[in-house]
Amino acid sequence: MRRLLKRVLCLFAGIGLALPHLAWASGEAATNLVVVADTRRVSGVLKYIADVYNTDPWLFAVWAVVITAVWGGILGFLMDFIMERSGLDLKSRKILEH
Amino acid sequence: MEWLYMFMPIAGVSIFWPGLVLIGFSVGVIGGFFGMGGAWMVTPGLNILGFPMAFAIGTDMAHIAGKSMISTMRHAKFGNVDYKLGFIMVIGTFIGIEVGAQLVMYLERLGRIDAVVRYVYVLFLALIAFMVFYDYAKAVQKKKAGAVEGERGTEGITWYKAFHKLNIPPMVHFKTAGFTCSAWLPSGVSFLTGVLAGFLGIGGGLFRMPALVYLIGCPTHIAVGTDLFEVMISGLYGAFTFSLKGRIELVAVFVMLTGAAIGAQIGTVATKYAKGYGIRIAFGIAVICCMISIILKQFGFSNSSAVLILTTIGIMCIYISVIMFKGAAAELREKKAGKQASHPLS
Repeated sequence: MRRLLKRVLCLFAGIGLALPHLAWASGEAATNLVVVADTRRVSGVLKYIADVYNTDPWLFAVWAVVITAVWGGILGFLMDFIMERSGLDLKSRKILEH
Repeated sequence: MEWLYMFMPIAGVSIFWPGLVLIGFSVGVIGGFFGMGGAWMVTPGLNILGFPMAFAIGTDMAHIAGKSMISTMRHAKFGNVDYKLGFIMVIGTFIGIEVGAQLVMYLERLGRIDAVVRYVYVLFLALIAFMVFYDYAKAVQKKKAGAVEGERGTEGITWYKAFHKLNIPPMVHFKTAGFTCSAWLPSGVSFLTGVLAGFLGIGGGLFRMPALVYLIGCPTHIAVGTDLFEVMISGLYGAFTFSLKGRIELVAVFVMLTGAAIGAQIGTVATKYAKGYGIRIAFGIAVICCMISIILKQFGFSNSSAVLILTTIGIMCIYISVIMFKGAAAELREKKAGKQASHPLS
């Protein structure tokens, strides 16, 4: 077990040392990447989201989290409503490892 | 066939949207069953569909947050979520994800990030696969040797027993998971898995699920549910931090979530009819296939890589769906027989 742990630690150390080399070797150094959303080909809500992305990163980040959580919640409750009508017991289970 | 392609205004690419729905559905099934976000399939999947890697990572994060929310709601009803353990792990996960995300941005500034992410992916996938199969082989060996079974049957790897002996206050009892340990154990494990999660752009479930089982000592089913709760929170935080860095495509997130909502129900309910070691072995096989697909891509065999990953996702989905539908059919038959026995004339 100790030998195995030693080998794993050596492997991690090796990878840690190799990472910067891999990064440098993999391509030319680049400046900060700036992405601008294309607002010409979208309309309505999509245009709003693209505009917010271009103008206010903080508001965009807040919207991204809120909308994801709300959409996930809505879908969760909807699927829960449907599954409860399946007749299955969805409130208990046995824990069996083998 | 233009209607099959949807324009993504932020990433600036047109994407085959049924592919997004399918990825969402499949990852919903697999993630709900294995207790993770499934980003290890989504990131290469999105990359294959045409998203640049940095966008694939951010989009992943938001998608897995929403999908894990749906799966957690279902697992919570089964009693598979240890909230106390989940909350303790949240802090370590948050700090870890931020460290990992900063590392991604740093490597992006240096040059091509794709290769580095793939190397790290492969390394950890190999490590996890080794751990899963080593555990299984050891458990089988012990069983054959007639080892005395514990509360959870014959176990292979029991590293968690050594960690539970660490007596560093505060000691905390986790009622749902059924053990007591130092609060530093889940905090430390969650920090390390968080760093990897932020770096690879995944919720961290891929590492946290086996860590919960092997290092922290959760029964498999509780590990699955608690991990999804963690993935939900870390995914939301990851979505925030990647949105702030401008590396997320919200339109794709919603399309994928719609498919994931259905898939998550199948995957989650299937855990009710599966045994712990069955979940672990299927998990190990999926991890190996994912690893091979990434290696193929790294060496320029992109088509073979796509075929392998899609085949794995397809087979896993069928396997999990069969478990779910067979189990559900048997349960409904039993219920019907029980009703007929209690009301023979009806």
